[in-house]
Amino acid sequence: MDPLRTLWETFFDWESMREALPEMITVGLPNTLILAVTAALLGSAMGIVLAVAGISRTRWLRWPARVYTDVFRGLPAAATILLIGVGLAPLGMQVWGPNPYPLGILALSLIASAYLGEIFRSGIQSVEATQLEAARALGFSWREAMRRVIIPQGIRRILPAWVNQLIALIKDSSLVYFLGLLASQRELFRIGQDYAANTGNQSALLLAGLFYLVLTVPLTHVVNWIDRRLRQGRPATAPTNDDPDDLDLALPGAAGGNQR
Amino acid sequence: MSTSVSLSLRDVHLAFGRHQVLRGVDLDVTRGGTACVIGPSGSGKSTLLRTINRLLEPDRGDVLLDGRSVLRDDPDALRQRIGMVFQQFNLFPHMSVLRNITLPLRRIRKLGEDEAVTRARTELDRVGLAAKADARPAQLSGGQQQRVAIARALAMQPQVMLFDEATSALDPELVKGVLALMAELSAQGMTMVVVTHEMGFARQVADTVAFMDAGRVLEAGEPQAVFESPQHPRLRRFLSQVL
Repeated sequence: MDPLRTLWETFFDWESMREALPEMITVGLPNTLILAVTAALLGSAMGIVLAVAGISRTRWLRWPARVYTDVFRGLPAAATILLIGVGLAPLGMQVWGPNPYPLGILALSLIASAYLGEIFRSGIQSVEATQLEAARALGFSWREAMRRVIIPQGIRRILPAWVNQLIALIKDSSLVYFLGLLASQRELFRIGQDYAANTGNQSALLLAGLFYLVLTVPLTHVVNWIDRRLRQGRPATAPTNDDPDDLDLALPGAAGGNQR
Repeated sequence: MSTSVSLSLRDVHLAFGRHQVLRGVDLDVTRGGTACVIGPSGSGKSTLLRTINRLLEPDRGDVLLDGRSVLRDDPDALRQRIGMVFQQFNLFPHMSVLRNITLPLRRIRKLGEDEAVTRARTELDRVGLAAKADARPAQLSGGQQQRVAIARALAMQPQVMLFDEATSALDPELVKGVLALMAELSAQGMTMVVVTHEMGFARQVADTVAFMDAGRVLEAGEPQAVFESPQHPRLRRFLSQVL
């Protein structure tokens, strides 16, 4: 047989794709989104805590944050997912019954938080120390100054890196298939894989890949857009250096800038 | 404006590691008075200012407001009574001019939104920038940003105002407006400590001028005396270089 034709039939068999499509949309897509979005939210929240702990002056916060980050960033995602999913299964059994799904989300969140924590930390640390000083001088506590002044500025600076991590998270969500999910819990990759295994044709897997691209490619463009926007600033914000107000206030009798 | 207080520093020492920055500084500012601190770079002027609102904690010595030591107070509560204006303005770039002022009013003074906005607009009006309420700091000139920073500090109704080289980062033509505002504030009876290189301002506005060098106040007195008949040779040399 013509090798090109074989290749075509292996990956682009429309019949196989059409067969898998309904389940991809009704089961796979929602599950992938639930996994990725929940883990993104949890991971971001944990990441902020990690970032703040990581720059704390207290050794007892800084150290655990450091170790946590090293461990969960250093392990392969698949290993973490298996370790958490299988290792904590007896515990999960008592809390929510024989359902590996929450543990999958937990494992994904732990991994994401380790990366996101480092991203947040770099963002927070990029905010000028004078901003913290100004906030403290107004009477804000350290905690309030971080919350109202420093973190909002830091987050803005790392938005592109944050979205990048969400893309990685969407892809990593495929790894929860290790945990042996129920039919209704399968995400995109697992459904593609099941169809591929049943039919011996890889087209369903390719279809799953297309779904991932539909999710991630727009996000990569969002990253680029945010990045451009942050670098160029909003349109039409030229600084107004001609300042008549500055001249209106005449100092009674004296001191000017020429006497420095 | 809330009532001003008198301010005294007594034998303030501070070291960064082994580097002695302040070596026993005394300074007195009467209620409603203005003290200008002058001196060469690295003499400890800005550090001294930061020990007053305890952004830096003195190793030794005392800081007194109306004769009462502030070193045992809660630092956050203390700073709410003391306004500070910085060389680099330090407005919060991610919020509008108005919100720069209302944020501390709402979160620290616990004012309602309407009350905070009213007070912020009053202060903006006072510094001549009522029209810029919705602008971002980056859209303003340096002089305008510094006046917003002053408005932000004043809105908190402080009893003392600290100015840390408030005009040093400004283009020369923008300096005048900020100095005028500071002079006006002084005339209205705000207790102020002003670290400055503007000798004209110090001469015109200050009640007391203190000359610092190497972590000590070498000479202090009325501007007339300090500028016209300086006693310390170091001060004479300094004045001959800057005037």
